[in-house]
Amino acid sequence: MSLTLLNVIIAVFIAICFVGANAAYLVWCERKGAGLYQRRPGPMENGPWGLLQPPVDGVKLMTKQLLIPGGVDKAIFMVAPVLAMFPALISFVTIPFSTNIVAHQIDVGVLMIFAFAALGGMSLLVAGWGSRNKYAMMSSVRAVSQTVAYEIPLLITTITVVMISGSLNLTDIVEFQLGGFWNWNIWPLQKSVGFNLLMPISFLIIFVCSVAETNRAPFDLGEAESELVAGFHTEYSSMGFGLFFMGEYANIVIGACLTTILFLGGWSCPFGDWGFFPFNHHVGWFLLKIYLIIFVFIWIRWTFPRTTIYGLLNLSWKYLIPISLFNLLLTAGLLKVF
Amino acid sequence: MSIQETTRQALSEFFPEKPVTIDPVPEPESEEAEDGKKKQKDTPRENGIIVQDYSMKGFHLDAQINPDQLVRAAEILFKLGYYIESITGVDWIKEGQLEAVYDFSRYDFDLCRVAVRVRIPRDNPILPTLTGVYTGANWHERETHEFFGIQFDGHPHLIPLLLPEDADFHPLLKDFKA
Amino acid sequence: MNQPIELQKDETFVLNVGPQHPATHGVLRVKMTMDGEYIYDAETVLGYIHRMHEKMAENRTYPQYMPNMGRLDYLSAMAFNHGYALVVERACAIEVPERAEYIRVLTVELNRISSHLVWLGAFVMDLGGFTPLMYCFDDREQILDLLESVTGSRLTYCYFRFGGLYNDIDDDFITGTRAFITRMRKELKMYAKLVTGNIILQKRLIGHGPIDKDMCQRYGATGPVARGSGINYDVRKNEPYSVYPEFDFDIPVYDECDSFARYMVRMDEMEQSLRIIEQALDKLPDGPVNPKKKPKIIKPPAGDYYAAVETARGNFGIRMVSDGTKNAYRLKLRSPTYSNMHLFDEACRGMLISDALAFMGSLDLVIPEMDR
Repeated sequence: MSLTLLNVIIAVFIAICFVGANAAYLVWCERKGAGLYQRRPGPMENGPWGLLQPPVDGVKLMTKQLLIPGGVDKAIFMVAPVLAMFPALISFVTIPFSTNIVAHQIDVGVLMIFAFAALGGMSLLVAGWGSRNKYAMMSSVRAVSQTVAYEIPLLITTITVVMISGSLNLTDIVEFQLGGFWNWNIWPLQKSVGFNLLMPISFLIIFVCSVAETNRAPFDLGEAESELVAGFHTEYSSMGFGLFFMGEYANIVIGACLTTILFLGGWSCPFGDWGFFPFNHHVGWFLLKIYLIIFVFIWIRWTFPRTTIYGLLNLSWKYLIPISLFNLLLTAGLLKVF
Repeated sequence: MSIQETTRQALSEFFPEKPVTIDPVPEPESEEAEDGKKKQKDTPRENGIIVQDYSMKGFHLDAQINPDQLVRAAEILFKLGYYIESITGVDWIKEGQLEAVYDFSRYDFDLCRVAVRVRIPRDNPILPTLTGVYTGANWHERETHEFFGIQFDGHPHLIPLLLPEDADFHPLLKDFKA
Repeated sequence: MNQPIELQKDETFVLNVGPQHPATHGVLRVKMTMDGEYIYDAETVLGYIHRMHEKMAENRTYPQYMPNMGRLDYLSAMAFNHGYALVVERACAIEVPERAEYIRVLTVELNRISSHLVWLGAFVMDLGGFTPLMYCFDDREQILDLLESVTGSRLTYCYFRFGGLYNDIDDDFITGTRAFITRMRKELKMYAKLVTGNIILQKRLIGHGPIDKDMCQRYGATGPVARGSGINYDVRKNEPYSVYPEFDFDIPVYDECDSFARYMVRMDEMEQSLRIIEQALDKLPDGPVNPKKKPKIIKPPAGDYYAAVETARGNFGIRMVSDGTKNAYRLKLRSPTYSNMHLFDEACRGMLISDALAFMGSLDLVIPEMDR
């Protein structure tokens, strides 16, 4: 909102802290969640309930030896982890946590997030190529084709929502859905388009594409442990690996934020605005919703096996893209009518 | 006719009415109904089929043939539905011979285990390969080659399998000193 | 994806699925010549854990060699013990008392279930589902605790002696086993819903990795690999030994020849093993577990002998050549994984690498057994 340089710097700093804390403690959540599904307690040693595990892991990663394999192109090798972390951080600048809590409100917020997500996809390619390792190369080839295939339905479905809300600005999209859960974009009954049955399907498409974009199971062919050792980040140790890891979790948070903002009403309280805390529109609802979605991400990862590369690409090209294109046409038509 | 009878008749083509010799001493062909244990101790066994007592020995037919009849025997057994179980090499150092025992068995409920033996001189051990008939003999022959030094003629890739690729010693020979 | 692809020989590179790899379950090296993600050719290189068990047999007396049997296939060591005990008992004509036979069958079948549980967990983990591994190991702990109370070891058993057993079982074992049977039946239903019914798993396994009957016969493949290709061969039924004829159990055979058929064979085998264990517990006779007359020094008469048993992976055969002394003259161990793995080089041509690794998992390899 405010354009002074100091405010922007403070906002970016807070965004980085938020992302960092999330990336660290989401790892803890994931490991506890994995333990829950696997009938074991998860990290318990460091601190009560293992809560000190992420800082300890961070210290371990930083003190490990940074190995650079011989014969690699050093510049490309070192740039890849940075390229993985950087877009996620920058995208946070434009995500609105509440009416007033946004680092910098940009009129084309949606476009900016997708632009930086594409940059993140490049980090996979750069890491695989720069590692001088056949496994890493194979995995980055797979990961790039997967990223390209799943960005398309994501974009098309987002355009559908943008058409309904009438603006690319993320704050405006949320404000369009304020006032109770019946206003959320996920329901078929909409103010501006009447009855559009495909809206819940669009929510599912964005959800699936978020899982695929962040290379999480069941779409984690890029880092398929049992086939390709560790995929595109095989040769990275210490902070290189740490940055990839954190970048993955930051992307998960961005994916969850995007899903919430586009379909679940952002920071709106599901019961409508009753005027008093906690039942008015505030950031707590936003955080609650994104963490619920992240919980489902973690649940899915530890339940399903991995698809094959053909199953993955078939799903995107043969099913998700036609459905989202059809939804786009339908929404445009309904907008004309109503 | 039981499968044992069928197999025995099929394999008897190697032992026509005329006696078959491997060594200078000619002896009539032997086909005994009990295992010829007592005979084996003193004289070397001559080519022939022996029907064994399954409960004592664990296999049914025991045939000893010449090395050049090996591929034909394998073809006969393959057509009858046997699969190759293993190839065992035995070092009879006192007699100066190496022996290769081929074990065959069946997949269906007509139980019949056949053991086909060949004896070759220890200083020049050459046998034909069975990989044309049973592809699984590939690894078995490589293993027998590396442990005993038996050369298999016509094998596509006769290098040591379990020992390092450049090993030139044969550990299972009786005079092998580590 | 199902159309055959033209693989070009001059555009290949060699990928070394090396001795250290998370998916090869042991030290196995496969040199794959790949065209992109398709395998043009594969060459298996063995011998990374070759310990020369067959030479060891010539330097040890017969009872001294029994512990080696547990180290061959550590996941189903009881069946290997059984095979060795069988061949020596056959040679020396030692009678085994009834109770010992029933307990032998009981422990072998419990071991078979624990081996299949490890296979299931590791296989699904290779495919990317990390959770069933933990559930399988939880169930397997029950078996390991039961067997430890009787035999003293958790993994590499050396429980059988020539003519009988080392130790008799007690009532705690019997009650524990009955409780385990009830629990395992429930768990099998859960696995059927959670793992077998999963659409992603089915899509990865159905139709992939075909092995036909002719290939099995040429390579000598046995066990679930052959039974998943329509061959009705199980040493327990085709060539009965011990007291297996007394039990009423089925042999699961599937005709589809793909990885899913082999998967289903093993899942059904676990159910059948539970049936055998139940019947063994019901029919368990009283009596001694060791024969009254047993030779002090085992010296089988000269000649050669053969015995075959059904382990979790297939037909394990021992050929023993004895010359009448205390040590064996030659002991040949025919390991099932050796013949099963041989299929891989021919069968994996033209497969995607992820399908090839799923195929390897469905073959259920234990590398120390292959290399001996």
